[in-house]
Formats: sequence, C-alpha cells, structure tokens
Amino acid sequence: MLTAIIAITLLALVLGLVLGYASIKFKVEGDPIADQIDKLLPQTQCGQCSFPGCRPYAEAIAAGEADINRCPPGGEATIEALADLLEVEAKPLDDECGVEKPKTLAVIDEDRCIGCTLCIQACPVDAILGSAKHMHTVIADECTGCELCLPPCPVDCIDMVETEVNPNTWRWPDPARIDIKVGDKNGAE
Amino acid sequence: MPLSRLSSPFLSGTNRITLQMLQLLVALIPAVIALVYFFGPSVLITMLLATTVALIAEAVMLKFRNRPIKPFITDGSAIVTAVLLAIALPPLAPWWLTTIGILFAIVFAKHLYGGLGYNPFNPAMVAYVLLLVSFPLEMTTWLPAVSLNAQPLDFASTLQIIFNGPLANSIDTVSGATPLDAMKTQIGLMQLPSQIIQQPLFNGIAGLGWQWVNICLAIGGLFLIVRRVISWHIPVAMLLGLVSINAIVWLISPETTASPLFHLLSGGTMLGAFFIATDPITASTTVKGRLVFGAGVGILTYIIRVWGGYPDGVAFAVLIMNMLVPLIDYYTQPRVYGEVTK
Amino acid sequence: MAQNKLGTFPGGLKLAGHKHRSTQEAIQKAPLSKQLILPLQQHIGAASTPIVAVGDKVLKGQKIARADGHVSVYLHAPSSGTVSAIDDQPIPHPSGLSALCITIDTDGEDRWIERAPISDITTLSEHEIRQLIREAGIVGLGGAGFPSYIKLNPGVHHHVETLILNGVECEPYITCDDMLMRERAQGILDGLEIMQYALRVKNTVIAIEDNKPEAIAAMELALASRANIKNTNVVAVPTRYPAGSEKQLIQVVTGKQVPSKGLPLDLGIVCHNIGTTYAIGRAINNGEPLISRIVTVTGKNVKKPGNFETLLGTPMHELLAFCDTDRKADDPFILGGPMMGYNLSGDHLPVTKTANCILVGVDDGAPASTPMPCIRCGDCAEACPASLLPQQLYWHARAKDLEKTQEYNLFDCIECGCCSYVCPSKIPLVHYFRFAKTETMTQQLETQKSDIARVRHENRLSRHELEKQEKEERQRQRKLALAATKAAKEKEAAQSPESGKED
Repeated sequence: MLTAIIAITLLALVLGLVLGYASIKFKVEGDPIADQIDKLLPQTQCGQCSFPGCRPYAEAIAAGEADINRCPPGGEATIEALADLLEVEAKPLDDECGVEKPKTLAVIDEDRCIGCTLCIQACPVDAILGSAKHMHTVIADECTGCELCLPPCPVDCIDMVETEVNPNTWRWPDPARIDIKVGDKNGAE
Repeated sequence: MPLSRLSSPFLSGTNRITLQMLQLLVALIPAVIALVYFFGPSVLITMLLATTVALIAEAVMLKFRNRPIKPFITDGSAIVTAVLLAIALPPLAPWWLTTIGILFAIVFAKHLYGGLGYNPFNPAMVAYVLLLVSFPLEMTTWLPAVSLNAQPLDFASTLQIIFNGPLANSIDTVSGATPLDAMKTQIGLMQLPSQIIQQPLFNGIAGLGWQWVNICLAIGGLFLIVRRVISWHIPVAMLLGLVSINAIVWLISPETTASPLFHLLSGGTMLGAFFIATDPITASTTVKGRLVFGAGVGILTYIIRVWGGYPDGVAFAVLIMNMLVPLIDYYTQPRVYGEVTK
Repeated sequence: MAQNKLGTFPGGLKLAGHKHRSTQEAIQKAPLSKQLILPLQQHIGAASTPIVAVGDKVLKGQKIARADGHVSVYLHAPSSGTVSAIDDQPIPHPSGLSALCITIDTDGEDRWIERAPISDITTLSEHEIRQLIREAGIVGLGGAGFPSYIKLNPGVHHHVETLILNGVECEPYITCDDMLMRERAQGILDGLEIMQYALRVKNTVIAIEDNKPEAIAAMELALASRANIKNTNVVAVPTRYPAGSEKQLIQVVTGKQVPSKGLPLDLGIVCHNIGTTYAIGRAINNGEPLISRIVTVTGKNVKKPGNFETLLGTPMHELLAFCDTDRKADDPFILGGPMMGYNLSGDHLPVTKTANCILVGVDDGAPASTPMPCIRCGDCAEACPASLLPQQLYWHARAKDLEKTQEYNLFDCIECGCCSYVCPSKIPLVHYFRFAKTETMTQQLETQKSDIARVRHENRLSRHELEKQEKEERQRQRKLALAATKAAKEKEAAQSPESGKED
C-alpha cells in the first residue's frame, strides 16, 4: 500500500518536472493574439465597429471585450477567418454595425469642392491630397472606402462610387454555388 | 449558361459512373450463373428483391434530402449495392432479412452520410455485418451445393421458403455448413487440413460450388481490370496479403493451417478482392495507399477467419480498413514537390 | 533527322484531332475590314499606352501605342486609315468585359509606312535585336501572349543550351501552325536564325507532333537547304495531349523537368512558338511589325473551314461570314481549342494577337450535364500531366481553403483539362481551379492593400501624436516663460518696498 503511494507520488513529481521543463524549453514564441487579429481585419479604419480604427478593435477582441462579428467591410470572410483563428463559432454580421456592401471608393466632385480641408483631417489613411483653399482630391489607390470623409464635408461634394471590375480583376464565379442550385426534380440546370 | 459550359474543357471522355456500374454488373454475371447452377435459383430472387427495395429506398431518401432523383437513380450504384449484398447473403435468406439489410445499407450507410461519394463505409458490408450480428441464425444457415443436397429445392419451393418461412421439414435437413465453417471446426477437432479437403463438401480444393463461384468472380474481376474500371492494386494487394500471412502461419504450424488455395477460393475472398474492397468511394485514393489498404484487408481477413469468432472475415476486414482510410491517405500522399518537381 | 531518345510526361490523353477539316486548303487572306478594333492589352503584362489621338491618320504598320514598362510591347495599325475612337470596347475574354481599345476606320488603301528591313543581323547587337522585336509588338502567338523579346534574353546568370521551337499544336481543331510550317517553312527558319543569334544557343530542336507529316517534311526540306543553320534538328513527338504545353514538351524533348517554381531558363532551355518565330523573321528581315496572324476557323457549324491570314482587330463576325458560318445560339462558340479555350460573349469581338482559333460548334462536345458527387476514383490524378492531385485540389477549392490549395501547388496547374475530361462524375474541375486561382490573387491583392492602409494609418496616428507632443512642449515652454516673467516681476515688486507702494 505504502509502496503504491510512494510510487505514484514519485511518478507524478517526475512527470510534472518534465512537463514544466518542456513548457519552458520548448515554448513557441507566437504573435500576440491582437497582432494576429489585426492582420485579418481589412484596415478600412472606418469605425463602424464602434472602435476608433482596426487596431483598437483587434485589441478589444483579444481582450474579450468585443465580438468577432462587428466588421461590415470585412464581411463574412473576415468573420469566418476570425472564428477560425480564435476557435469560436462564426456568427452573422451584427446588424447594428452596418451591412456588407461591395467595395466603394470616395470621389470628390471638383466643381463643388471649396478647399476647406475638413475631409483631409477626417481621412484615417491620409488618402486625400490637398490643402487650404486648394483643390482636394482622393488618391484612389489609397482610399479604403470607410466613408469618414462624407459627414465633415460642408458642401456634400464627395460621392462613393463602386469599383468597376475590369478583365484583370475579374473573378471566376464559384462553381459550388452554381451547382448547389441543382435542387429541382429532374436535375436540369 | 449551364455550369458545364462555363469553363473549358468543352470535350469530355466517355467515362461515366453509370457505365462503370454496368460493367461491374456484367462482371458479376458468370458468378451468378455459377451460384444458380450450384445452389439453386434463390440468389436470383434475393437479387431482384434487394434491387427493388434499394431503388425505392433511394428514391425516397433523395426526395427527403431535396436532391434531384433522376441522375442518382440512374447511376446504378444502388443496384450494385443490392446485387453485391444478395450474393453475400446465404441462399435461402428470408425476404425480411434481405429487406432490412438493403434498407439499412441504402438509408443509413449511404444517404445519411451524404449520399453517393460521401459514405466512409461500404454499404453492402455494413448491411451484411448488421444482419450477421443481429440475426446470427439466419445468416449462418447455408445451403449446401445442389449435388450434395439430399433434397434439392425447386423454384417454387425456393420462392415459398424465402417469402413464407421454412417448410414443414425444418431447415436443418436442408442446410449445411460452408466449407470455411467446416474447415475451421474440423481443424479445431484436430483433423489435418489435407485430409479435410478430401471430404465431398470440399471437392478436393475449396468447396464444391464455392470454388467455382470464386473462380467466376476472379474472371469477372480480371475483366474489370482490363476494362480499367478498377485498378489492379487493391485486388493484388489483398490476395497477396492473405496468402503471405497464410504462408507465414503455415511455416509455423502446418498441421493446423489450410492451404492458400483453399483460402483464395472459398468464402468471400474473390468477391471482396475484386468487388467490395475496390469500391472507390470507401477505399484509399492514392496508389501506395491502395496497396496498404488491400494488404490490410487480406491480412485481417485471414486473422478473423482463423482466430476470430466468425468463419469468414472479409466483411469485417473491409469495414476496419474503411475506418483507416483517411489515415492511410494522409500518410501516402505523393508529395508533388520533391525530386519529381514540375 | 536525328531522333534522340525522347522522354515522356505522365498522364495526358489521346484525343481525336479533327484537323483534316481545316487543312484542305492553303492559307487564305481574310478580306480587309472597314473597322479594326485593337485592344491595348493583347499580351501578358502591362497594357500599352496610346500614342495617337482620335482623328489622327495612320499608315499600315505605324506605331499606335507604346510599351508601358518592362513586360509590355508596342501596338501597330494593321492597315492605313483614321483613328476613330479610343474607348472601352468589348474584348475577347472569359469575363465578357470591355477594355480600352483603339478603333481605326480603314481607308481601303492599305498603305505601308516606310519599313526598315535589316539585311545582316550581325551588324546589330543582341540587345538591339531584342529592342526591335519589342518595338515590332511581337508576343507569344501560341496563345499565351508573353512578350517575346524577354524570352530572347538569356540574362547574365543563365546560359541557353537548347532552343525548342514549338510546332506541336496538340489541341484538337487548331491547325494554324501546321499550315504555317507547310507553306512558309523558309520564313520560319529566317526567324530561327535571328533567335539563335540573340540567344547564342548551342542546339535547336524543332518539335512537331507526329500527326503532321506534311509539316515535318516541309521543315526538314527547308532545313536541308540552309547550310548556315547549325545544330538544328526536326523532332517528331508522339501525339498526345498536352504535348505542346511548354513544360511537358521540355520533358518529352529533353527528359528533364522544369522545377516547380522555376522557368525553363533554369534548365538552359527556351521555348518559342513557331508562329512567333515566323513573325520575328518578318519583323527583322522585312521590317514588318506584328499586324496580322493566321487564324483557324473551324467547327461543326463552319461550312468553309480553313486558315486565314487575318489583320489584327478584324471583327470576328466578318471572318465567320467569310467562312459561311451558321452560328446557333446553343452551340459552343470558343476562342482557342476545345480543351483550353474560352467562351466568346458575342461575334463582334476583334481578332487579337493571341487568337489562334475560332471554334463554332464542337463535334463531340460534352453534353450539358449536372455534376455528380466525386466518387474518389483517382482517374484525375492519373491523367494529370503536371503530377498534381486534382482530387485534393477539388476538395479544398470547394471548401474555399485557399491555403491548402497552395500547398497542393494550385498555380502549377496548366488548366489543360485532362482531369475534367476523364472524370466519371463530370465535375468541372478546371473551373474549380480557375476559381481558386482568381480568389487567391484577389485575396493577395486585398492583403497588400490592407497592409499599406494599416501603415498609412499608423503613420498618421504617430504624426498626430508627434504634433500633440510638440504642441504640449511649446505650451510648457510658454508656461515656463510666463512663470519666469511673473516671478521676475514679483521679485522686482518685492525688491522695492520703500517705494511706498504697499497695499
């Protein structure tokens, strides 16, 4: 009886030491989770998630203070990726944050612009070029479509325009989507 | 534009699932003829019954699952499952045995896993094992070969037995042991295999009737390999696996080991090797994987036959290897990189 | 003809050729169209930039667009006339979308600009020859459209042992290269001499599929009469699809495999299409830029099929009318071959540099069918000439697991269609792979953009932070200064109590 107790205790001690050693010696330095989350977010910096930018939102998710379904520009794909990373269930986009829309870019109507620089100050990625009393213009390549420049503009001269597909950006349609429609009785397309 | 026209290629080969299934059925014809010749017409009745129930069950399940019925009913896979099960069942199997079996195969082992292409276990074998475990009496009641039978049955009485139950004179006088069963029990009774073979039941090799059925199945299997419906890897690996472990055991203890020829030509060996284990949906997909899979089925068959609780181990062996297929596939993937880079 | 031991590639298919139909007559000249529509992107790389304006009069062979960047070539007017528009027009592309095109209204006179043929290429450096080829707008005419001058540059690090001229034309129905070899073998060899000079090659192999005996004979005959072309052999390769695909052809001719993420140049091999070779010959020896190409028009619905020397920009419906075509809405209408071509959205699209064949109605075309589930038979992996695992790629592409598709070398897939052809369930495998590829490229683009946006945002935040700090610093300094002055004043006031100013 005694020998059994001693044997088990010794075994437990030895194995515990081995595990402790392994957890220190073989520790894998990974990215802090907030960085990994931030990498998955679309960097639109729009604030629709109610955080002032993508990084604060990432940190809030990492701290468990925010849910993963608050990003409309990221849409379903981002929610799925976050769910995968954090090993939680994916859920539909939170309605009160916004809806998933096709990507749009801001375009300033130069005829109406008065050169007030309010939009320049609002843009989170410095995508608007211009200065006081001079023409403003949006650098299309840098615009993330966050729409933060729309409210400050006093003459309402900024429009959100859908990006057009060209042959170089065109994507093949998803074949799985197409053949799922085969639900009718005789299997015709 | 329909999906099939959206992208190239705009040509397609003649290979079709239905064609493959038809060739499988054609390959089974010699064996069915042999079965009828040696054991009477009951296998035909069972086949017909099983096919009918299978098709009805499949249609109903497709309806429930909101899938198009026509392409799946006409692909022939349900018919093949039914025919294989009918061949595997004992000849005088009652109608309800066949019906329960095929229903389980189609509904549970096939459709509830997602239908064609998604089932991990061979449906015919799942049904066979379910019946074997639930109704051991009916499943071990085998008809001896016609010439051995003192009172061979005609078509009408066969029909009656299948649908109405046993005749006035009980089954015991009609049924007998299979050669595999007899071999096992008699080895257990310390008889020498070489002498056991001399009994009329065995007809000198592997069993009257049964050896011919197996030979016909092997011929059908070769036909399938030549027609490229199945590849040679699984049958060859299975038979070699079976023979190898048999040879090893024979080296250790020859007096209690039946010959490889016996094992090859009796029971469900050839059916398993060419028709059951080669089912592409449930077998391994890689070349190396197929060899491992086949060998595993062969070895397990032998082990269960000799040391397990059942006279024939093909069904269990196939199901166990089906379970291992994802593992086998994972470790035998040909690396596309490596020295053979493109 | 020296036939060394040939290698072989895995998989592949034996297909019915359907080539007889379009090889009964010699190459004919297609009639001049009233309007020629020239997309600015007819090649891999960056689109060319227009150097003419609407209303300009142009001559045949005049440059109308210049190369933009390294992977780009020039574009020329195929006939004399007036530039009537520079705008978006529908172009031949699987998407059916439009792109920027220059439209020329021809004047019917077909007047050439002044051409500058080179009589002795040795008077030019290799670099100059390559620039001339670039300026002649020559791209790979086999279908890919890669700027040829780049593939004529061995670079500093590589040494070209073997040049392979690809006259294989393995896809069914297409016969333009076959006819070119039969009729213009000497012209092809002219181009070959120039390429051998530019690449400084050791040996050349002219690879022709063995279903083209007339072409093989014609090339051999022509070669025999050219004593100055050395170390060059015509090799007949066994007919098997896709032997004409670059990597597979290299494996057949040399037995070597091109490394997965590498180029043939890594093995010291360069491959050029036979039509490209001919165009290079015309460009240097005759000073003619690329303004036309041979197009095969064939198919079930074409009553007078054949090969036609067509000016670039010719609207396809005119070519089809010339061949007496009865195009039905339901029948396939394909640019390219039946294995790798794509559907055309209409017949008012222009002929481009890479338009090798117009197929109207396919004889043994696949019937429209619903794909069945995958039965895991593995036939696709057996047929794949690139040793890939189409089944695994299919599962992962279907699940949209793009990382896994990359692990299985998705981008090594040449989209030849062998796997779809043999699949018993009729699954459109190539469609799945194309989908996975465009999704991956889109994702990579979006990741790049979001990375840049993140950096910009962080820079902006740190700039604001810096400004805030500077502002605070200034305020602090001001406060200190204010406090100092105040202290000084109080001190002063305290130092003169005798002045009687007491409260």
